[in-house]
Amino acid sequence: MTAPLAAYTTSTGEAFQFWVLGTVAVLGALGTVFMRRAVHSALCLAGTMIVLAVFYLANGAYFLGIVQIVVYTGAIMMLFLFVVMLVGVTAADSLKETIKGQRWLALLCGAGFGILLFAGIANASLKQFNGTGRANANGNVEGLAALIFTKYVFAFEITGALLITAAVGAMVLTHRERTERPRTQRELAEQRVREGVHLPPLPAPGVYARHNAVDIAGLLPDGTPSELTVNKTLRERGQVRDVSTEALNDLRALERRAEERLERTEIEPSIAKRPEEASK
Amino acid sequence: MNPVNYLYLAALLFTIGATGVLIRRNAIVVFMCIELMLNACNLAFVTFSRMHGNLDGQIIAFFTMVVAAAEVVVGLAIIVSLFRTRHSASVDDASLMKL
Amino acid sequence: MNAENLIALLIAAPLLGAAVLLVGGRRLDAVGHWVGTLLSAASFVIGVILFADLLGKDAEHRTLTQHLFSWIPVEGFQADVAFRLDQLSMTFVLLITGVGSLIHLYSIGYMEHDERRRRFFGYLNLFLAAMLLLVLADNYLLLYVGWEGVGLASYLLIGFWQHKPSAATAAKKAFLVNRVGDMGLSIAIMLMFTTFGTFAFGPLLGTHAEPGLAGGASEGKLTAIALMLLLAACGKSAQVPLQSWLGDAMEGPTPVSALIHAATMVTAGVYLIVRSAAIFNAAPDAQLVVTVVGAVTLLFGAIVGCAKDDIKKALAGSTMSQIGYMVLAAGLGPIGYVFAIMHLVTHGFFKAGLFLGAGSVMHGMNDEVDMRKYGGLRTYMPVTFITFGLGYLAIIGFPGLSGFFSKDKIIEAAFAKGGTEGWILGGAALLGAAITAYYMTRVMLMTFFGEKRWQPDENGNEPHPHESPRVMTIPMIVLAVGSVFGGAIFGIGDRFLHWLEPVTGHSHGDSPVSALTVTLATVVVLVIGGAIAYAQYGRRPVPAVAPRGSLLTRAARRDLLQDDFNHVVLVRGGEHLTRSLVYVDHTLVDGVVNGTAAGFGGLSGRLRRVQNGFARSYAVSMFGGVALLIAATLLMRAV
Repeated sequence: MTAPLAAYTTSTGEAFQFWVLGTVAVLGALGTVFMRRAVHSALCLAGTMIVLAVFYLANGAYFLGIVQIVVYTGAIMMLFLFVVMLVGVTAADSLKETIKGQRWLALLCGAGFGILLFAGIANASLKQFNGTGRANANGNVEGLAALIFTKYVFAFEITGALLITAAVGAMVLTHRERTERPRTQRELAEQRVREGVHLPPLPAPGVYARHNAVDIAGLLPDGTPSELTVNKTLRERGQVRDVSTEALNDLRALERRAEERLERTEIEPSIAKRPEEASK
Repeated sequence: MNPVNYLYLAALLFTIGATGVLIRRNAIVVFMCIELMLNACNLAFVTFSRMHGNLDGQIIAFFTMVVAAAEVVVGLAIIVSLFRTRHSASVDDASLMKL
Repeated sequence: MNAENLIALLIAAPLLGAAVLLVGGRRLDAVGHWVGTLLSAASFVIGVILFADLLGKDAEHRTLTQHLFSWIPVEGFQADVAFRLDQLSMTFVLLITGVGSLIHLYSIGYMEHDERRRRFFGYLNLFLAAMLLLVLADNYLLLYVGWEGVGLASYLLIGFWQHKPSAATAAKKAFLVNRVGDMGLSIAIMLMFTTFGTFAFGPLLGTHAEPGLAGGASEGKLTAIALMLLLAACGKSAQVPLQSWLGDAMEGPTPVSALIHAATMVTAGVYLIVRSAAIFNAAPDAQLVVTVVGAVTLLFGAIVGCAKDDIKKALAGSTMSQIGYMVLAAGLGPIGYVFAIMHLVTHGFFKAGLFLGAGSVMHGMNDEVDMRKYGGLRTYMPVTFITFGLGYLAIIGFPGLSGFFSKDKIIEAAFAKGGTEGWILGGAALLGAAITAYYMTRVMLMTFFGEKRWQPDENGNEPHPHESPRVMTIPMIVLAVGSVFGGAIFGIGDRFLHWLEPVTGHSHGDSPVSALTVTLATVVVLVIGGAIAYAQYGRRPVPAVAPRGSLLTRAARRDLLQDDFNHVVLVRGGEHLTRSLVYVDHTLVDGVVNGTAAGFGGLSGRLRRVQNGFARSYAVSMFGGVALLIAATLLMRAV
């Protein structure tokens, strides 16, 4: 498929490409909507965007195709991923609907909207390509530049202002003003003494025999997990993994094996299975 | 192939994105769905540009991208500050106007 | 200084008196009555000066106008504070200020022991100012101000002894009944404005030379206006059917009864009708109603007067009857206008004199009003007896005295109406004259002749009848002189007729009976009436407790059941009407309103659930709306 050809006609190759990549795009879109984790949604969306970039190229919009990949997929999607990371990568959403009738109404409206849109396109009067060959004759980028700096120069300037405003706005929104002097280490220590809790450093997370990850609560002597050992942020996100039952089960299994070996009968049946790694 | 198929694809993507906005509660995913809708529009603009044989459609798509970038910046900033204050990115939690 | 500029001073003097006396407070208690009397007299003096000025002019140029300021200067609605002094107003001014001043003087003695005497004089001055405003106004709106003003003064003075529940009730009653009439006047003014675009006397009523706008409207409208004016006159002048307040108004101090409820205010209705002659002349149907009202009232009042044992209420019935004569005459049209006013003036003299005499009797009898407890007073209070007797002769129409000249002319004019109506009206007037002679003779005999019938009251205080002080007798003497000679001065040589004719117009009707016959008939009926009364009350001793009497007597004692009628028809009917209206209001009107509100409340309660606060829900409705918009666009393209 050569560029001029793509500009005038829809060749068989392009048709093939459309059906294959179009399917991928739709699947990616559906994945964006229905994946439970935000990271997966973002990846699906990135895939759809790359497919769209290919379609831009196929439609003769070379500049946009590249920009789509570089700016959108490369920059904006990475921004999304940063935010997802801030909010919590592993946090999965429940897809259970909480507002009564919301899902059905949404699907009904979506279906109706889609059908109507399709009907509108089917009724469109212009059905074939004129092609971008002549418009791209001096090069696609040069053509765009000529338009942007002549016909659309005001809109261009205004979008520039918009971008600056957005940048400043984002800074204002995320900036947190410190209203008080940060407390020094001495002050913090004095406060701890005054309140009388946790004078020594906080206990470390992890159960060193099996796990040493930061999101696993350390076990107390009786085998119950201590929330204190896990970082506060993880605790608030609810990303603490509890392996206490695992340890207890292991202990119980050990005892049972020991008793079997010592030929002591009257064994209780196992009460708990080894649980999956629980994540909320 | 009928070139209008690109438009059908754009319509389909747009509808999927819109439905996603309606049924997802995670603000970040809602935002991604909005991006999906914007991209569907861009595809339609690029297709129009090819159908009409001029570059104006591409210009509009270009502006859409710029505005989308600005919107993402501000929107994500909002989500971050929202999460910071409410410890949740669910759009349903921001329902203080409820009776 | 032009005479015109004095007109405002006529009103200003008593108004100043009222303001000073009412605002001044207790420090004026010692001199208040003299201030009031002097300002009233000053008004009278100004009136005399203006009268002399008028006499110095041609008969056709005796109208003075004074434009004080524009009251409501609106495009299309001009109301000025302007005064008109013509022969009619002049007559009233002299009557009001003259009799008013005499009664002020009398009140100094009568109210001597009342600790609120200053306030009383303030109210009297207020009344004078309002009454002068009424008769001097140059348009109906300003007249209405005066009309309401005298109503207010009347209310305040009837209820002057408001510590007595009967006085307070009587004041309220007078006020309420008057409001019905006032409503008529206000409607009449509105009708005038919509019909003619003005309510000023000049353009509306015109003069003899050039008739005003009043003749130009359709007869239906004129009749409506005239009937509304008649309603107003009925209220103010205690004519049937709005007569019920006058008897109760006697609860006020006697000088008030004399000034307001005999001589001046109650004649305002007659003034209104005569002043609006141009309207009434063009509405013959309304005139007929006026004559009927007058005839009915003159008989009604006379019958009531016959049955009352309370001297003031007997005189009140008489007042009603005499005003009935005036209204009858005013309803006769140009034949009667002059005589209505003439009777009004002579009545002002003798009725004020009679009331002052009654007040003098009460003054000497410890405020006793029951005539059955008087008797033989002529030797105890000779001046009162003589003045009262002269008033008595004047009112019954004894030949040569003032009542004779005026009443005789009215009866003559009633016959001159012609046809069956003339006979009926004339007969009624003649019958009224006979009854007048009867009840006045009865009052005279019961009060001054026969045995003394007073008894010590429960505290053992026996009344000691005595002549009143000179400050009270002098006004009585002056009024008695007026009663005697007034008629002759006015009547002989038709002086009064010539004086008033330029304003009211005059025409001689064709009487089916000659003037001499009428005069003789009048004399005969009054002799008959007097003779019957003498037979009943002069020959026999008067029982101290009233006998049960015939059905008519008992009805007349209850004012011919007027209050019962009002109670049953108006009060009960009104109560039922309002109750049913309240019911309709509660069920139908409130039902609709509350039902609507409840319906919307329920609906909003349902709709409120849509507002669940979730942005996604709102987004769904927005998305659905967009879908609908696309559908609409497609449909529009398809059509």
